[in-house]
Amino acid sequence: MNSSRADAALSPPPGKKLRDYVETALPKIVLGPTLACALVFVYGFVLWTAWLSFTESRLLPRYDLVGFIQYVALFENDRWWIALKNLAIFGSLFIGICLVTGLLLAILLDQRIRAEGFLRAVYLYPMALSFIVTGTAWRWILNPGLGIEHLVRQLGFETFTFDWIVTPGMSIYTVVIAGAWQSSGFVMALFLAGLRGVDDSIIKAAQVDGAGPVRIYTRIIIPSLRPVFFSALIILAHIAIKSFDLVMALTGGGPGFSSDLPATFMYVFAFNRNQIGLGAASAMMMLLTVVAIIVPMMYAETRRQHRG
Amino acid sequence: MKQRMKMRTLSALALAVGIAFAVPAAAGEVEVLHWWTSGGEAKSVGELKKILESKGDKWKDFAVAGGAGETAMTVLKSRVVSGQPPTAAQVKGPGIQEWAREGVLANLDDVAAAGKWDSLLPPVVSNVMKYQGHYVAVPVNVHRVNWMWANPEVFKKAGATIPTTWEEFAVAADKIQKAGFIAVAHGGQPWQDSTIFEAVALGTGGADWYKKAFVELDQKALNSPQMEKSFATLRIVQKYIDKDAANRDWNLATAMVINGKAAMQFMGDWAKGEFTAAGKKPGKDYICMPVPGNKGTYTFNIDSFIMFQQKDPSAKSAQAHLAAAIMEPQFQEVFNLNKGSIPVRLGMNLDKFDQCAKDSAAEFVAASKSGKLVPSWAHEMAMPPANKGAMFDVVTGFMNTPSMTPKAAAEKMATAGAKK
Amino acid sequence: MVEVQRTETAGARVIGRVMLYALLILFALYYLMPLFVMLTTSLKTLDDIRGGNLIALPEQVSFDAWIKAWSSACTGVNCGGLSGNFWNSVSFVLPAVAISTLIGALNGYVLTMWRFRGSDVFFTLLLIGCFIPFQVVLLPMAQTLGWLGIANSTTGLIFVHVVYGLAFTTLFFRNFYVSIPEELVKAARIDGAGFFRIFWRIILPLSPPILVVCVIWQFTQIWNDFLFGVVFSSGERQPITVALNNLVNTSTGVKEYNVDMAAAIIAGLPTLFVYVVAGKYFVRGLTAGSVKG
Repeated sequence: MNSSRADAALSPPPGKKLRDYVETALPKIVLGPTLACALVFVYGFVLWTAWLSFTESRLLPRYDLVGFIQYVALFENDRWWIALKNLAIFGSLFIGICLVTGLLLAILLDQRIRAEGFLRAVYLYPMALSFIVTGTAWRWILNPGLGIEHLVRQLGFETFTFDWIVTPGMSIYTVVIAGAWQSSGFVMALFLAGLRGVDDSIIKAAQVDGAGPVRIYTRIIIPSLRPVFFSALIILAHIAIKSFDLVMALTGGGPGFSSDLPATFMYVFAFNRNQIGLGAASAMMMLLTVVAIIVPMMYAETRRQHRG
Repeated sequence: MKQRMKMRTLSALALAVGIAFAVPAAAGEVEVLHWWTSGGEAKSVGELKKILESKGDKWKDFAVAGGAGETAMTVLKSRVVSGQPPTAAQVKGPGIQEWAREGVLANLDDVAAAGKWDSLLPPVVSNVMKYQGHYVAVPVNVHRVNWMWANPEVFKKAGATIPTTWEEFAVAADKIQKAGFIAVAHGGQPWQDSTIFEAVALGTGGADWYKKAFVELDQKALNSPQMEKSFATLRIVQKYIDKDAANRDWNLATAMVINGKAAMQFMGDWAKGEFTAAGKKPGKDYICMPVPGNKGTYTFNIDSFIMFQQKDPSAKSAQAHLAAAIMEPQFQEVFNLNKGSIPVRLGMNLDKFDQCAKDSAAEFVAASKSGKLVPSWAHEMAMPPANKGAMFDVVTGFMNTPSMTPKAAAEKMATAGAKK
Repeated sequence: MVEVQRTETAGARVIGRVMLYALLILFALYYLMPLFVMLTTSLKTLDDIRGGNLIALPEQVSFDAWIKAWSSACTGVNCGGLSGNFWNSVSFVLPAVAISTLIGALNGYVLTMWRFRGSDVFFTLLLIGCFIPFQVVLLPMAQTLGWLGIANSTTGLIFVHVVYGLAFTTLFFRNFYVSIPEELVKAARIDGAGFFRIFWRIILPLSPPILVVCVIWQFTQIWNDFLFGVVFSSGERQPITVALNNLVNTSTGVKEYNVDMAAAIIAGLPTLFVYVVAGKYFVRGLTAGSVKG
């Protein structure tokens, strides 16, 4: 912490006063580098992207402004609207399923289970493997001719059909299945850490009052996990919005482009099709959507925590 | 003004490269960005590395796989933006022109003159390698895209004959389906959809129309009866594809032909590698033929390397060595034997190549003379990536939207081809 | 840890336990399904795979694919398997995880125990930053790293991972520290303990559960990251994910699914290892929690 020492050297009066001064400034000094990083590498780059979205940048960035043509092109693009609709479907289902499964698994695991370590690793491992390859495994499992449908039909259920992955309009749900598989384990870990942080004395008090297990969970434990819900929600929303490998490896955005998400749309246009301007415009729209939904929620949450 | 500056750097570079090339200079390092990372392809690049090392240069491998080099292009952009471009990068077709326009490419005229490239390359190829008359890229190989791979065993069992026109195709495919086989092995990925479509279009509209539509992006040619007919034929072909094809990798489709589950596949000559790996012999276990209606025509897909301007003299000399080595017969032979393609140099001895490759080479020359040698737009040889991408969307959209009429698709193709 | 079964009868309790285990095992099977496919595929021969039964058990078990993936598969011109890239990854993942976790812990500590005017705004600003798609930052980041002179170096890669990991590490620690009573810190301040002393002596000893979560998250994210790794590393220092991608994504070559699957599992081993080791600390976190209670 060189900077704090430098600050101390600047203010002459020694003794208690100086120490107080350093002590009050220290927290801000500690946050300083993070703040600088956020301002430059997040907000600075967002501004840069915003600028590019008003240019005709193609292969490499160019900086001559041309107005709103990229946004007009974006709104006229069928693929973009499909991607947005898919994000709504995928985002809500993915977040919902992960939260419910994660919480359920955490509660189940928290019942003094044998082999807890093993089971925990089983639920967590999907996150450990790169989706570049697990995507292939999922593709085989979901493929009607190779995977589940094939298997069940071999068992004698000739009319069984599970062909979402090859059906336009349904393929996005297979992305949800694989996405939840990949991320719910981590949500479980979050909840498990939260459950073990719950103050035992409150629970004991409730038990003394005669409250049953269901009641203890719904009235005491789960409400006290609110900050964990918040962390999980932010993480899941972030995964949902950035989902890229998942779609690319599982469906490649197909059939057709029926399972495109904004992140894949943006990448394809900015980098594969040499339309950096259009890609930047789509990125800006993505960011604006996120800000409109997440910011009020987030602000309310941080405020609430402090009052509570 | 900017243009003139660029030209000046280009000529200064030409001078520098010339000097470096004339004097066997100190050993330099080449960093080569490519996406040939596995099996035969990696072995092929390994040959290039060996040749360069024999000249005393150092090879720094920069391999980034993914799709048809899509990831590699992302990396390349970042490297150029950060001010540290690699020595050479695998870029093809009109992409070469786009990079050259940014003024970051080196001039290879001296290497080309010393190696007599102008006389060794067909003009269709050398034009793609040049920007404003100067060589900025080196071609490596020629893939033929409009091949049909057939399993004669399946045809025999179904009592069908291998088709040469789309009419014959429909008859044969019906028989094959009745016999319980899949007629067309296909993977429902945009590039595969378009690979079939471009062959259908070439067969339907002919080479001249193909060039007008897909190379010149002529609006009238794009939204034309020929285009509608091509889409109508595509609909017919689609009937014979199994329903599980969505996002199937091309090699799994090839495996279906190898295993006798499917009768035929429309795919470029890289499919040969799969047959060879499975121990199958051309002419006996499998047959390579032009796609129905494509006899005498040739859609080519050429891999090439663009060279970036270098500051360091030793790097420049190494770069020149690299460019020269790629065009040498020794490398061209080994590389293409491994990769399934044919050498881009004309007049090479093809004794070591198999029959499909020999046919390909003969047709390449013949089609070049008859004007029926056309660039494959599905493999980024014909139009800028933005238009190509938009056309992929149309073709794949058509394949996945049963209600879309050929007329509507043709109209969309015209929009996709509009110059931006 | 809650002993919710205390008031139930013995019979109901046994049934409850059975159902509990049944449910847990059912979930485990679902999670293990793709791993099963990957493992069996990695033990098959290529002919077996080409035969078409991708889901079936191998006809004969063969470990060749594993050996090839580790030591002889080509990931470009170098055919040395994934072993070299494995150590490349280790060399930048460890510092990146350590730095981002430490800064995150300090940030979380400040944001909960040393709140000042604007600290909520700061936190919100930081969190919105999570949502910036990484594809957007590639080009400006490349330019910035070029200016800083750390483009295509391990330092640059560590830097990028730390910068974009901070939001999450801060989030984890802040949300965990929120539940620690502020009185603890106030009392220590009255006793004359300083900023760092309180952090080391009081806050950090309470942190194991969240440290585990944070390290799991960061380690997984950075180890599995492909986009930054491929763009910001130099040719021969490529991380394992890039090598894996090179191995798996042949454009026109023969696909060796058995080697692909073996390589994927090898690439995932360190993260799996972290999960197993971290598991112990979950339990230790539990003990810490009960001491606190």
